Amino acid sequence: MNSEVWEIARFTVLMALLATTLVLPPAIAVGWLLARKTFPGKTLLETIVSLPLVLPPVASGLLLLWLFGRRSPVGQALDAVGVEVIFTWKAVVLSMMVISFPLVARSVRAGIEQVDRRYEDIAATLGAGSFRILRTITLPLASRGIAAGAVLGFSRALGEFGATIMVAGAIPGRTRTLAVGIYTLVETGREDAAWSLLVISAMLAFGAIYVSNRLVENRGRA
Amino acid sequence: MIDVAIDITLRQGEFVLSVKESAAVEVLGLFGPSGSGKTSVLESIAGIRTPEHGEIRIGDRVLFSSSGKINLPARERHIGYVPQDALLFPNLDVKGNILYSGRSGDFESLVTILDLQSLLDRRVKMLSGGEKQRVAIARALMTRPSILLLDEPLAGVDRERRDVILPYILRIRKELRVPLIYVTHDHDELTSIADRVLRLGR
Repeated sequence: MNSEVWEIARFTVLMALLATTLVLPPAIAVGWLLARKTFPGKTLLETIVSLPLVLPPVASGLLLLWLFGRRSPVGQALDAVGVEVIFTWKAVVLSMMVISFPLVARSVRAGIEQVDRRYEDIAATLGAGSFRILRTITLPLASRGIAAGAVLGFSRALGEFGATIMVAGAIPGRTRTLAVGIYTLVETGREDAAWSLLVISAMLAFGAIYVSNRLVENRGRA
Repeated sequence: MIDVAIDITLRQGEFVLSVKESAAVEVLGLFGPSGSGKTSVLESIAGIRTPEHGEIRIGDRVLFSSSGKINLPARERHIGYVPQDALLFPNLDVKGNILYSGRSGDFESLVTILDLQSLLDRRVKMLSGGEKQRVAIARALMTRPSILLLDEPLAGVDRERRDVILPYILRIRKELRVPLIYVTHDHDELTSIADRVLRLGR
């Protein structure tokens, strides 16, 4: 395998790791809200959270392109402070985050729902406030669900194509990921290199799903 | 001795329970068959469950009053609560559980009174039912609660072990002078510990 292939693989894994790290805090917050709180608009939030799961990724990509483009207030504000997102590695991370967010948030929610609420009640009688309870009881007891969600989100991020090609493009050496790379290499008649990427993708996906399943299977046993 | 004044109505689906009691007690026994709502009464006092209406007063503090629109959150009530299954935090060891409240003042004396020295570094999973109860009692007492609620502490243990655990509870009453509300469905247990009994029927 040539260095170009390895470079694409390395870049993709790095971006997916970064996206997973960045997506975890908001996914945990939303997962906790959905698992433990009742509030007006909860169903709406649930729907919005799951939207990227059913929306074609290309459509999510188009939304991102509009949101971070020069014509939207967000894009203008970022432009004013000299931050460029579209067609950079940041757009790759952003696409991965948006697409993997629902998977991570849903997995976190399931993990938290499995934690017996009475532990939280007892912690409250011992004087702990909600944030302390979340940090010391709920999250540690839901850690397997959270870890499984992170692995799932990571694997989804690795394979991200539709949104990425919209907002980040396929710039060799700058924004080209595994999935986008396979597509562009086939298009330009370089099937050997595409097959190498395919093998790497398959191995990464296999490993990630295997770990995720092990985490879910062992839940509650440790 | 502490004044306990409870006058509440609880509702769970079709089941409605009214409880009324007012007395100065050292140990108030809460007696009734399974399903009579004993645990719900304790949870209402601890602040985990909200009664439909009524008032709960412990000492001179009103913890709940539907007419006065008072419902102190559990963490501000200073009530020690030991549920029937102890509910030790499985992610912490014994010491971590006892020190969870963040206070450490009474640690040494509680460890001595409840005989926990050899258990401190154990994982919660490795404890027997009676050991779990003792740890949960220590954890609750670390907050210096105004009253300690014990939900059938002897339910999960056999006759022999009972005779081992009961003296610990009597020591809490005698040495620490912490008032207790003690839930049980066993009449013998009640007569050996309570100075007043509240009966719940079905």
